[in-house]
Amino acid sequence: MSSTVSLSTLRIALVGNPNTGKSTLFNALAGINQRVGNYPGVTVEKKVGRFKNVEQTFEIIDLPGTYSLAPRSPDEMVAVDVLLGRGSGMSPPDIVLSIIDAANLQRNLYLVSQVLSCGLPTVIALNMVDVAAERGIEMDVATLSERLGVPVIPIQANRGQGLDELKTALIKAATQSTPPDHDPFPPVFRQHADQLANELNRDRAESLPRYLVGRLILDNNGYLEHQLLPSETPGQREQLAAIRQSLAAKGLPVPAVEAISRYEWVAKILDGIVHIPDERHLTVSDGIDHVLTNKVWGTLVLLAVMALLFSSIFVLAEPAMNVVDDGVGWLGDSVSSLLPEGALRSLIVDGIIGGVGAVVIFLPQILILFAFIAVLEDCGYMARAAYLMDRLMAGVGLSGRSFIPLLSSFACAVPGIMATRVIENRRDRLATILIAPLMSCSARLPVYVILIGAFVPAHTYFGGIVGLRGLTLLAMYLVGIIVAVVVAWLLKKTLLRGETPPFVLELPSYKLPSLRTVFFRMKERGWDFLQRAGTVIFAVTIVVWALAYYPRNEAQVAEMVAAERSELESQATATQPGTPDYDRAQQSLAEFDQRENLDHLAASLHQQQSFLGRAGQFIEPAVRPLGWDWRIGCAAIASFPAREVVMGVLGVIYNLGSDLDVGSEGDQSRLQERLQAARWDDTGERVYNLPVALSLMVFFALCAQCAATLAVIRRETNSWRWPVFTFTYMTMLAYVGALATYQITSRLWL
Amino acid sequence: MTTLAQLDRGQSAQVVQIARGGELAQRLLEMGVTPGVAIRFVGAAPLGDPLEFELRGYRLCMRRTEAEQIEIQLS
Ligand SMILES: Nc1nc2c(ncn2[C@@H]2O[C@H](COP(=O)(O)OP(=O)(O)OP(=O)(O)O)[C@@H](O)[C@H]2O)c(=O)[nH]1
Repeated sequence: MSSTVSLSTLRIALVGNPNTGKSTLFNALAGINQRVGNYPGVTVEKKVGRFKNVEQTFEIIDLPGTYSLAPRSPDEMVAVDVLLGRGSGMSPPDIVLSIIDAANLQRNLYLVSQVLSCGLPTVIALNMVDVAAERGIEMDVATLSERLGVPVIPIQANRGQGLDELKTALIKAATQSTPPDHDPFPPVFRQHADQLANELNRDRAESLPRYLVGRLILDNNGYLEHQLLPSETPGQREQLAAIRQSLAAKGLPVPAVEAISRYEWVAKILDGIVHIPDERHLTVSDGIDHVLTNKVWGTLVLLAVMALLFSSIFVLAEPAMNVVDDGVGWLGDSVSSLLPEGALRSLIVDGIIGGVGAVVIFLPQILILFAFIAVLEDCGYMARAAYLMDRLMAGVGLSGRSFIPLLSSFACAVPGIMATRVIENRRDRLATILIAPLMSCSARLPVYVILIGAFVPAHTYFGGIVGLRGLTLLAMYLVGIIVAVVVAWLLKKTLLRGETPPFVLELPSYKLPSLRTVFFRMKERGWDFLQRAGTVIFAVTIVVWALAYYPRNEAQVAEMVAAERSELESQATATQPGTPDYDRAQQSLAEFDQRENLDHLAASLHQQQSFLGRAGQFIEPAVRPLGWDWRIGCAAIASFPAREVVMGVLGVIYNLGSDLDVGSEGDQSRLQERLQAARWDDTGERVYNLPVALSLMVFFALCAQCAATLAVIRRETNSWRWPVFTFTYMTMLAYVGALATYQITSRLWL
Repeated sequence: MTTLAQLDRGQSAQVVQIARGGELAQRLLEMGVTPGVAIRFVGAAPLGDPLEFELRGYRLCMRRTEAEQIEIQLS
């Protein structure tokens, strides 16, 4: 058996505490030879890499970083299932590679104790030896290895040191070592476990691994019982309860007995072979921590980091997004000039190229944000930010972990939602995901700016310091935040109700971030987004393109254009040559006949005729109470793929053509003029006034008009249920919010 | 009962036991908050909560309400 192992691929499972350098080691070993996937049914990432050593190939699977192998949820069960080879067609890995932090041995060895209890050949990578040395920690590695009964290889993952020795040890461990037989529990516990194992395995086809039998006794939250013991077999659960009771009576209460036994074992292992300097000499990390968690400085630094995070997105991502935008525009123009006008051209230019653009446009934000988050995580600040902000977030039933994802969502909800993976608790994570789209993202800004510029008077107060326009903009951000607070609170009281998850968080020591890790994280996230969310966004863009394009009736539109021209003509013939009226009429005619204006009119008429335009007209009764005409309704529907589209759609509707650039000031003011001039078809009154503008802004502050966000929610929650929920609740809120805004302000205003 | 939440900044103590069971206890135990372990209060976050501690050579934070569940003995 052992000789065949060395010929085929060695399968390795990488296990370790968070912050031990696990990802660094994984990347150092596998390099770019890695794939990221999902385990079925859970939201845990599955990372598999391959590497070689002379003629031996290895396959390494990176298990989620954890402090303990005590599964309390499906997500935590994944690591245990992989190690024990559970699941159809699965077998246990050949070797477990357990990475531990040399500067934090006690707690790391707790997990090692559990790993050894699984009974697989194990190799220990003793990482961060440099950090330990810097702190004056000395240890006898040879004796440590002897006492543990498995090889211990000192490494420095961030510098790639010790990797060759590690690979050699892995090969050796697969061929020769006898698996460890590790059980640190007191004899009474063992007897109970043995007895239980016998009974459970009596009528099982496949016997339950010994580690899981122990877990059944230890993990009393019900999850494992539910998973492993069929409820129809009577007596088993009662038996478990009886065992726990009997243990408690003997002074070995569950679950404390495990921690006590294992940490006692750890103390024995380390006894006399590790020297930690008595005199706590203040390390650099301590010094930094002292400043960064200080009342004044800590808060200032946090604010500065937030500001930097925020502005980096606007300052760095925006130019990159403009480049993408221009690139897409250029590509579209070039293709346009090659193809004859018609459905094919429109499909390629507006549908396909536009769809790819709609996906790629998010990349700069995602990459920059994840570079930033990776740096924060890598240097150890992420946990501090959670620590500093926890009090604030606890107010709405969340924890400090939700802070950075929500902050990021002010730039863009897509990376914000992707960043929620740091939140361990499922309910907290879901609540954060569901409210993230309420943070006013950068795509809403142009909507606000154009409408405020056109309809909010430029009053100023307090000697010009405070302006009404600025206040209105602030109010739009606040609307989102306040609603998010209420929604989070409601969710945690209803759908996501449950015990408050513990906020017991390691504050890792500070480290210099490694560029390599940052780069890998960026690449991973960017690729992940393109692959999984990209397809959905692309598909939605194509569908909306089709709805805005079909049915296409060129003849009818030509007729309508001709009808408008003949009306202008008849007006012109009614005037006397030489009068100002005559000149004006002639000028209108000449303007009308300009190629560009004809095109714009045709585009607008086509849009009115399209399914989308008809839908807009169809829903007019529903949006009238919001103060909207069908054109606004149409723009609201058309902006489903991305809310920033709304201004472009209004541009087409108001005959400004489809290449309006809402980022440029000239185009902005042209659009603003058209909006100010727009009139109701029936009464001829102005469509837009302050209440309508406010109602439209509130709608966009609260609505979920962003296919990318919905696609990412689907990706992160692994189900369509939550994106559907998000879209429904946000659209309802947006409608009600806009309705209330219009009804109230129009009464105050008029 | 003296609890972890009552320590002064910089003060150390020994853990006696965790009063409340459930997920919190399990989490604390895994993180090494076991009976007999020495623990030092490093400081509180700017808003007064959570609290930062040092034990077993590393830093751990928890909310005040959670620290109140941990019975200690001053050393
Ligand atoms: N000084 C030193 N730093 C290291 C070593 N190995 C990794 N690091 C750094 O430690 C930090 C954490 O490394 P990660 O690989 O992200 O740790 P992880 O265990 O994957 O942590 P999670 O991503 O939270 O699960 C990074 O800044 C690494 O560059 C080492 O041997 N010595």
